Amino acid sequence: MLMRSLAIPRAEFEAGTGWQLKPEGACKGDVCIPLPETPGDDVDVRALAESMGLPLVAAAEYGLWAVGPEAIGGRALLSAEAPDLRLPDLDGNEFALSSLRGKKVLLYAWAPY
Amino acid sequence: MWQALRNELAPAGFELVTVGLDTLGAEGCRQFIEAARPEHPSLIDQYHKLADAFGVINIPSSVWIDEQGMIVRPAEVAPAAPGSRSGPPPRLPPEIPERLRNIMQEAVKIPDDSAVYHAALRDWVQKGSDSDFAMAPDEVIARSRPRDENRSLGHAHFELASALEVAGQHDAAIQHFREAHRLVPESWTFRRQAWSLERVEAAGSFARFWQGPKPDDPESWPYDGGWLEDIRREGAENYNERWRP
Repeated sequence: MLMRSLAIPRAEFEAGTGWQLKPEGACKGDVCIPLPETPGDDVDVRALAESMGLPLVAAAEYGLWAVGPEAIGGRALLSAEAPDLRLPDLDGNEFALSSLRGKKVLLYAWAPY
Repeated sequence: MWQALRNELAPAGFELVTVGLDTLGAEGCRQFIEAARPEHPSLIDQYHKLADAFGVINIPSSVWIDEQGMIVRPAEVAPAAPGSRSGPPPRLPPEIPERLRNIMQEAVKIPDDSAVYHAALRDWVQKGSDSDFAMAPDEVIARSRPRDENRSLGHAHFELASALEVAGQHDAAIQHFREAHRLVPESWTFRRQAWSLERVEAAGSFARFWQGPKPDDPESWPYDGGWLEDIRREGAENYNERWRP
């Protein structure tokens, strides 16, 4: 996930990474990574990424940072539950993949290059 | 073709969601989406979230998701379709440069499993979890792309590169794109995306498809490979892992 600061609201971290920060640790699907302390409303991304084993890459001179996805399961998917993907359409209206619950969905990736 | 298949399957409770992966965002995708006039959700993925979230490393790729939001087939090769195709357009003007002709000649060698793919899709839409093509959760996870710490780091570099490009910091973006290519060498999307941002004006309206050294200044090309060079090296038949049940 991309960030413009290393101190961000907990909800932004959770939405960006798909990891929920709970008293038992950072959790996704059935997996929980214990944390030294339960984060409050704001999180220190550097400390959290280190605790969770997520890579953090900086372009600090441009005010940009990126945290990579987890590799702990050795696979791109840690769970078969579809991530809560939210992306805009051509007009900038956000669409949530979860709004299609009740239908079978084919997610199709293409590119104009 | 995809729109027609979607309309055929929609009454059975099916929806198609297309996602255009492009650092240039809506402006990069607009002409293709407007030409296809989709009636289904058609989304823009400026930072390749599909790479992190699903393990998409190539286009076209697909993921199948059931009524409960469970993935039943992880990211895998999917057939190309008119209006949501990849690569240069099929109708080439006579004055087309040789490089683009050569790219087209390689692209048509990429294996096409569309007949078995579409049959499997119809089977799943009809039978749901009873379909032989719907995988159990453990198999979905096991067949999703391998990811290790290098790849995870490469994804972070790619996302940072994309953000730098969007911010107008093209030279800084190149360094992070190169790191992403080194760390995730199997990702064609990471490579093709970066190459396509090096517009080669000599290619005219095909500037984004050139994806290789400039004819008049090859030394200035900032990447180790290119679309034509890489597909020749790896073999068009290996561009995708073949679709398998």
